[in-house]
Amino acid sequence: MSAGHSHDHGHAHDDHAHGHHELGFIRKWIFSTDHKVIGMQYTVTALVFLFFGFTLMMIMRWQLANPGHVIPFVGSMLSKQLYAGYMNLATEGVLLPEGYNALGAMHGTIMVFLGIVPLAVGGFGNFVMPLQIGAPDMAFPKLNMMSYWVFLPGGLIMLASFFMPGGAAQSGWTSYAPLSVINPGQTAWLVGMIFLITSSLLGSINFIVTIIHMRAPGLTMFRLPFFVWAQFVTAFLLLLAFPPLEAAGVMQLMDRLAGTSFFMPSGLWVSGKAAEWVGGGSPLLWQHLFWFLAHPEVYVLILPAMGIVAEVIANNTRKPLWGYRSMVYAAAFLGFMSFIVWAHHMFMTGMSTKISTFFQTTTMIISIPSVIILTALVISLWGGSIRFNTPMLFAIAFLPMFAIGGLTGLPLGLTSSDIHLHDTYYVIGHFHYVVAPGTIFGMFAGIYYWYPKATGRMMNETLGKLHFWPTFICMNCIFFPMLIQGMMGLSRRTYDPNIYQAGLASLKLHKMISWSAWIMAIAQLPFIFNFFVSMFAGKKVTENPWDSTTLEWAAPSPPPHGNFLTEPKAHRDPYVYSPPGRKDDFLPQHVVLEV
Amino acid sequence: MDVAIPCQVKPHPVTGIANGKLAIWLFLASEVMLFGALFSSYILLRTNAETWPRGHDILSVPLATLNTAVLITSSVTMVMAWAQLMMGNFSKGRKYLAVTLSLACVFLVVKFFEYKDKFHHYQVWFNTPTMVAGHEVTTITGHIEEKTDDFIKFLPDPPKGHKAEAGHHEPIKIETSQIKRLSNYGPWHSNFFAVYFTMTGLHGLHVIGGIIVIGYLLGPGAKLWHRDRQFYINRIENTGLYWHFVDLVWIFLFPCLYLI
Amino acid sequence: MGVQNPGYWLPVDLSKYGYKIDDLINIIHVFMLILFVGWGIFFVYCLVRFRAKPGHRANPELIHAKGSKYAEIGVAIFEAVILLGFSMPVWAAYKHAPPDKDKAQHVRVVAQQFAWNFHYPGPDGIFGKTDQKYIDEAANPVGLDPNDPHALDDIVDVNNLHVIRGKPVMLRLSSKDVIHSFWIPVMRVKQDVIPGTVFPIWFEPAENATLGEFDITCAQLCGNNHFKMRGAVHIDTPESFQKWLDSKKVSTQPVNAEEEFKE
Repeated sequence: MSAGHSHDHGHAHDDHAHGHHELGFIRKWIFSTDHKVIGMQYTVTALVFLFFGFTLMMIMRWQLANPGHVIPFVGSMLSKQLYAGYMNLATEGVLLPEGYNALGAMHGTIMVFLGIVPLAVGGFGNFVMPLQIGAPDMAFPKLNMMSYWVFLPGGLIMLASFFMPGGAAQSGWTSYAPLSVINPGQTAWLVGMIFLITSSLLGSINFIVTIIHMRAPGLTMFRLPFFVWAQFVTAFLLLLAFPPLEAAGVMQLMDRLAGTSFFMPSGLWVSGKAAEWVGGGSPLLWQHLFWFLAHPEVYVLILPAMGIVAEVIANNTRKPLWGYRSMVYAAAFLGFMSFIVWAHHMFMTGMSTKISTFFQTTTMIISIPSVIILTALVISLWGGSIRFNTPMLFAIAFLPMFAIGGLTGLPLGLTSSDIHLHDTYYVIGHFHYVVAPGTIFGMFAGIYYWYPKATGRMMNETLGKLHFWPTFICMNCIFFPMLIQGMMGLSRRTYDPNIYQAGLASLKLHKMISWSAWIMAIAQLPFIFNFFVSMFAGKKVTENPWDSTTLEWAAPSPPPHGNFLTEPKAHRDPYVYSPPGRKDDFLPQHVVLEV
Repeated sequence: MDVAIPCQVKPHPVTGIANGKLAIWLFLASEVMLFGALFSSYILLRTNAETWPRGHDILSVPLATLNTAVLITSSVTMVMAWAQLMMGNFSKGRKYLAVTLSLACVFLVVKFFEYKDKFHHYQVWFNTPTMVAGHEVTTITGHIEEKTDDFIKFLPDPPKGHKAEAGHHEPIKIETSQIKRLSNYGPWHSNFFAVYFTMTGLHGLHVIGGIIVIGYLLGPGAKLWHRDRQFYINRIENTGLYWHFVDLVWIFLFPCLYLI
Repeated sequence: MGVQNPGYWLPVDLSKYGYKIDDLINIIHVFMLILFVGWGIFFVYCLVRFRAKPGHRANPELIHAKGSKYAEIGVAIFEAVILLGFSMPVWAAYKHAPPDKDKAQHVRVVAQQFAWNFHYPGPDGIFGKTDQKYIDEAANPVGLDPNDPHALDDIVDVNNLHVIRGKPVMLRLSSKDVIHSFWIPVMRVKQDVIPGTVFPIWFEPAENATLGEFDITCAQLCGNNHFKMRGAVHIDTPESFQKWLDSKKVSTQPVNAEEEFKE
């Protein structure tokens, strides 16, 4: 791992405080039980996966903007026949429909399960949460290490599936049966998913136990930073929503490998002959089990980002979060409600009106806590003294982006307007506004904000702004046109939309989206450069460079193994900024006031 | 090298339990969701099905009853192991633990024979109704004695209620051209067996998991007793919680699959 | 009501009842816009007014909290109105008011990878029996039973749905293989086609609907050539519909699907 360099100076304290021996490179950086190292492992791995998932999308964007043209740079590479029976993504440089579907399915899977969840929970949760609650480590350090080492093979299986016979999964990240049972490539996806789910389960148990049992003295539940609350709710979602998908994954694996018919109805006629499955199963069963996970999953993606944004906003407005308690209650309510809205993804499957009425009502109800959190964050700006540094830019950009994402959920959550908008580009625009400029902006804010804590050095501000502005503009140029395309009636997951009236009419928008995506890729270069070079060349910092109040800033930067030099105690609420009658505009939780 | 983790052995002042126990309860909550999803799927598939066999017609209730007794006994011995350790009787505790381990293995052995029987038991569906032993039928069940490309030699099951007098039944020869479908009672046979194998299979994996953990605590893990007695007892207790859960799942599976 | 160009980039609406959905979409988007702009003004105002200035210090006491309560209650009330006042009634009108069976045109739709088979009952008005064992991908894609007298006059047209202006259409959707989704954007109807089930949907081309050919799209990923699964709805006058019907009768039954495909 890369941050090794700057870690060393903290080590003297470490030895002193806990009297243990210098660990070898492998124990310290590869098979480490230190939550900070595991957090950094997760962060770097997830960033690599995110960039890879984005690359897949850039190839797809070429096909959409220039259907049937030779893909520049990578076209010939994708057309190479590696071995007999190998599934090519392209021939003669032109993307194939099966290649497009494989890239699409893997883009979704990689971004959600290998990118954002590991980054938001495995990365930030692991690194920040124990520090914020004043704990020396996670409750189960070895389990923590195991969760990373179960996650990584899961991810590698997913990547390797591109090179396996039959290629990568081609049935969308939702893997709807019977298509996913019939299609090649799905087995590796399912096996990979089972690894990822196991990893998440191990992680979530660890998180909950740590938050309940290992808070510093004086740190009551309502003195926890909002980020910790977000992680707490997220961990419960992962714990309870993932197992049904694991069950569904096992059943789909059985359908593929053992010839069972869990999701295969009777009388299937596939590619010119009667299918071999005995039948009697239900394709909708898969959808129910899948969305029972995948809707809570949406909140797994968004809650940690909200937590990060809340931290950064409180710190950079120099005032306490407004409505902290209502935000906590809203987050908990959000978590609970997310278990009973899943079927709003299935309004078009012919469900009965009673059921659809129930689910559109719960869907409207679940929007209220999101509105509460968003309003609280915006009102927190009022009366502040706002510093516009890079983390803050990403954090405040999160707010309008998430607002658009949330608002566009309304017409999709109502059954009637969903008739026109379901499965169109409108859906893609909607959820990307939530997770791409939404969650990913939150993640960027977090990286810039906690980077000095992890490495002991600041990231460069100029490069940060050079990263933020083009990314912000490109994100909107990518996803806003999709809302329009959806209104025009363009169906999603179409390899060549130009054979449709709506596709022809929106070709120009497709070109605009694609160019924005490619420009956005270039806009990530300052970030990558900044991320790696700042480890050696960044400005050195002391333990609290942002003048922050929460406990993680009481530890040295970077914190040694065991985190704190003296056991921290919390004496007050998390965000005591600009308290009246004091010279400093912040009063950290651990500082003892002299009477 | 390890950082000192609070509440690893001693209970937390507010929750009253140590880390491990909280973790095991959370783990069991997720397990409830896992098996809950499977049971829900079972209910949905069964209610939507046109026909659904009765478990006791095609599965061995005596063997399953035996297994139920074995598992319940193993739960009791698990508690006994814990109780003995609490009283400080290390060697007695280990003995009970060893009994638990053996009972778990017995369960798997019985299960193996149940599975094996299913894989050797076949059903034949005919293209047209065919005379077998004086009755016109569309399907028969039994065992394959000989199989070639052209025909199979098939020993039909005795009719219900006429067990043991197998002498009455001679193998019959069935031409391949007559056969619409030939399948053993594997998971591919029908959705009943898909559910049966998936659920008992997953449960079996949980039993194997339990065997590994108990085996570890019985073997290399037992050293902990001499280092930190309470820690070891906690581990036994947590393993016991898990083991009771595995037992409980079986107690749901037994009536759902074998009896109704 | 009937044909309208609803704006907001929505496609032209040629159905009798589609305006209800368009209206709902419009109302929601106007509301979203108002909310976003109002919220955005406050947001930008905060950023500008409370930016860090030398000598300036944040004031944690200065809070206008009531506004948020009103905003939240306002959003909740609006959502309730939209839900109870619009979405539910529109859904009920769409899903619970099937047209008069005798007046409607009946068509079976059999989806498969990657085509829409439209099965018309023919002059006798009765669908012939179908069975999987008669399926011939080219000559008899829906598996019409040649021994059933009702099947003899049935018409199967691949990827072409002919409807008459002002005449309600009842479709029975089924799928041979995987999940598809039947969508006619200009008619504002969409329904997933789930294998193993038959699901009825209906729509009514407006009296003054534009004549011509419009897209039928598969809205659910159904395999490699999902994107090619395009059908066409032909909006006819009674006369042109009859003409098409007559042209179908000449061909030998069951129709040669291969030729249809080329068209």
